[in-house]
Amino acid sequence: MAKTKTAYKVPVLTGEIKVPKVVPGASAYEKMYHGENDDMTALGFPASLEDGWETKAVGIFKQLLTHNKALKDYMDICVRCGACTDKCQFFLGTGDSNNMPVGRAELMRKVYRYYFTPAGGLFKSLADAEPFSERMIKKWFTYYYQCSECRRCSYYCPYGIDTAVITMAARDIMDGIGLGQKYSTQIINKVFKIGNNLGIPPAALRNTLDDLEEEMKDATGKDVKIPMDEEGAEVLLVPPSADFFAMPHMESLAGYAKVFYKAGISWTVSSYASEAANFGMFIGNYKNTKEINKRVWDEARRLKVKRVIVGECGHAWRALYNYSNTMNGPFDFLDNKYRQPAHICDFTLGLIKDGVIKMDPSANDDKIVTYHDSCNVARASRIGEMPGGQFTVPRELIKACANHFFELRDGANRAQTYCCGGGGGILTDEVMNVRIAGSMPKMQVIKEVMDNNGVNFLALICAICKTQFTKMYPLYGFDAEMVGGVHQLVSSAIVL
Amino acid sequence: MPSFEFSGKVIETDDEGYLQNLDNWNKEIAVYLANEENIELTERHWELINWVRDYFMKFQVAPAIKSLVKEVGKLENIEDKKEANKFVYELFPEGPAKQLAKIAGLPKPTGCV
Ligand code: SF4
Ligand code: SF4
Ligand code: SF4
Repeated sequence: MAKTKTAYKVPVLTGEIKVPKVVPGASAYEKMYHGENDDMTALGFPASLEDGWETKAVGIFKQLLTHNKALKDYMDICVRCGACTDKCQFFLGTGDSNNMPVGRAELMRKVYRYYFTPAGGLFKSLADAEPFSERMIKKWFTYYYQCSECRRCSYYCPYGIDTAVITMAARDIMDGIGLGQKYSTQIINKVFKIGNNLGIPPAALRNTLDDLEEEMKDATGKDVKIPMDEEGAEVLLVPPSADFFAMPHMESLAGYAKVFYKAGISWTVSSYASEAANFGMFIGNYKNTKEINKRVWDEARRLKVKRVIVGECGHAWRALYNYSNTMNGPFDFLDNKYRQPAHICDFTLGLIKDGVIKMDPSANDDKIVTYHDSCNVARASRIGEMPGGQFTVPRELIKACANHFFELRDGANRAQTYCCGGGGGILTDEVMNVRIAGSMPKMQVIKEVMDNNGVNFLALICAICKTQFTKMYPLYGFDAEMVGGVHQLVSSAIVL
Repeated sequence: MPSFEFSGKVIETDDEGYLQNLDNWNKEIAVYLANEENIELTERHWELINWVRDYFMKFQVAPAIKSLVKEVGKLENIEDKKEANKFVYELFPEGPAKQLAKIAGLPKPTGCV
């Protein structure tokens, strides 16, 4: 039974990111577990791969090409210029050419040419076309799950080709024929059944919140509360459920609670919409994404709140900020004086600027801070009113809370940020070596500011980033406590 | 489904060796699972194993790390949270959510954690 633990391959940190020697198939050995029958069927997919899946796959592919104009373009317009080849952290970490964005996309383009272009059907080899086959779908399952949908490649592509869109479509096609990934499908099923990724039922959630309230009382002497399911509260706060369970995530929850307490704004979390994250997006499935997204707005209606604020979670912010209106809007029942939804960083920074709450940055004088831009926030959304707010708002907030702050190197920062290596539905242990490989570029630039500036705290606004770095740091020889949320800094600096 | 044989009985697990069925758990199996993790169970381990099992029976989910650390503080008379946290990791080096849950026969906590 229990697998013998494979030794992890951890790169040596030199502070430099080198382009590796290309080895096709180098990372083919790590694969995701297959989706379990119950989870697959609960999400509306076949339980497992059935005979005749090829025809079905072509059908789904065709539908996607019709409905998703971008996908069709991305199939046609790549000129193989190579600008994206060394831009993916998973290629840089593994050296596998299938992890070059263009290599990854080619796995789908080959099939596309075979079925959907005249030349593909007639002159297969010339047109570089290939039908669905056992071998091909296995490759899909491997490499479309070694992509974190971070969109770094699209930033560098002269045509703006977004490989994340291709990855999502590939996963949707695979789910549609019963070839699912256990991690994401299991989690989505928990959201439908219980309300959050972790499967925390209401009574357990209340118990956890009571414990945190007690801890805050011990530490501050103040009655900082975390209300749950409170009808008529002004704000519904929707954090990733990791904030209710894990460390360092929970320190940020304490931060949010103190902000509401000090500002005197009534708020509540919900035991029904107890999850901001949306793994429906990771598997590229419209129906599931919309269903998960809908829970938040249904609950906002039921609790009669005036505003919805989203906690620290990268892709959750993308799913809620970018898609809510088209999927489940309009939200005219909310108070439209405010941005709906608003990001917690935007909310807290606004209160500081308005003088409603005060920070004492010297409380974080033991910390020398740097900040990692989470991909889904950096490249796929915005925070606040101004263009580029997704970069400026978290930084301004950090600087209000801490006196020592250093930026990571250009080229690995802001819109050019590397993924932490765990995003997009791959934060699962069976692909730990892929996660380690993918973390390498970001770890190199973090190492640089550790060496040059003595940085000892990595501030984050994404639940996945927090977990991934907390896992990676000890492997690279650093203390996991050097990783935490932006609102962890808020939590220590706020003057109560 | 993966499984292992124990005292003549087939025990089903998930892909990573977590028990599929809570009711299959008993103290002997806990010792066996701990052994697979290279952990020799002491009185201290058992206190936590029993506590998380009770917690799970009551709440249908494993406790948050903070709640676990709080309980450890109480059980072991450790005032300092950091020390209590360290204590948990000394007992279960790969982390309580993963190793403690596994040995206690609970499902693996999955999510963004
Ligand atoms: S940069 Fe764009 S056009 Fe060039 S190879 Fe990559 S995907 Fe194709
Ligand atoms: S989206 Fe990110 S992970 Fe996926 S191919 Fe592009 S750079 Fe790599
Ligand atoms: S986990 Fe964080 S860094 Fe990685 S893709 Fe998501 S938001 Fe980006």
